Amino acid sequence: MKIVAICGAGIGSSSILKVNAERVLANLGLEADVTAADISSVRTAAADAQVILTSSEFVDAIGKTFADVIVIENYFDLQELTEKLEKSLG
Amino acid sequence: MSLPPLPEEAITIGADARTWREAVRLAGAGLEASGAARSAYSEEMIRMIEEHGPYVVIAPGLALAHARPGPDVIKDGLAVVTLSTPVAFGHPHNDPVSVVLGLAILSIEGHLASVAELANVFNDATAIPAIAAAKDAATIIAIMKREQ
Repeated sequence: MKIVAICGAGIGSSSILKVNAERVLANLGLEADVTAADISSVRTAAADAQVILTSSEFVDAIGKTFADVIVIENYFDLQELTEKLEKSLG
Repeated sequence: MSLPPLPEEAITIGADARTWREAVRLAGAGLEASGAARSAYSEEMIRMIEEHGPYVVIAPGLALAHARPGPDVIKDGLAVVTLSTPVAFGHPHNDPVSVVLGLAILSIEGHLASVAELANVFNDATAIPAIAAAKDAATIIAIMKREQ
């Protein structure tokens, strides 16, 4: 399974999202390849992704995709990440 | 894992900022004071928000201002600004912001470990209010290094 975290620069916020998503997936006993990318490379980075993690600002720019786009409000709230990832993957 | 360097001169406590732009410029000034970035980096951080919206407000009360690696970054560094009066960035859930972090990263390669340490600090929900309430730089450094 492939998960892509998207932000404006591809560093900073998307990296935090990647790290915390990996922690949540490990807790859930799920294996996935989580990468961080910037919005300008979303087409290639997320071409074969099942899930895109991002904030609401990028939903329009991500546009049409086969991936499930999950909007995260608090990047440090592992409970929110857990609930939304479980719902998407479960 | 260790954070990007956060020296005392990169910390501004109880600052007055009327707008989110002023708040981000204060974080940029901290990065400039510590030698992590040139002054133009502030405007790059502002441009990221103008271009993509207030997504840098990644948790209630906290903005992680940053731009891409580039010629205005001198070395990896962090800055912390606490605001006497919180300012709105226009985020639908996490406004108003009382703590602004400035992040400068020299290269994409190898930055993940240090940014991951930010997650270790702020996954503790008490960290943001504790930093916002801190009266001195030493307290903020201790919270960021998870020494208290």
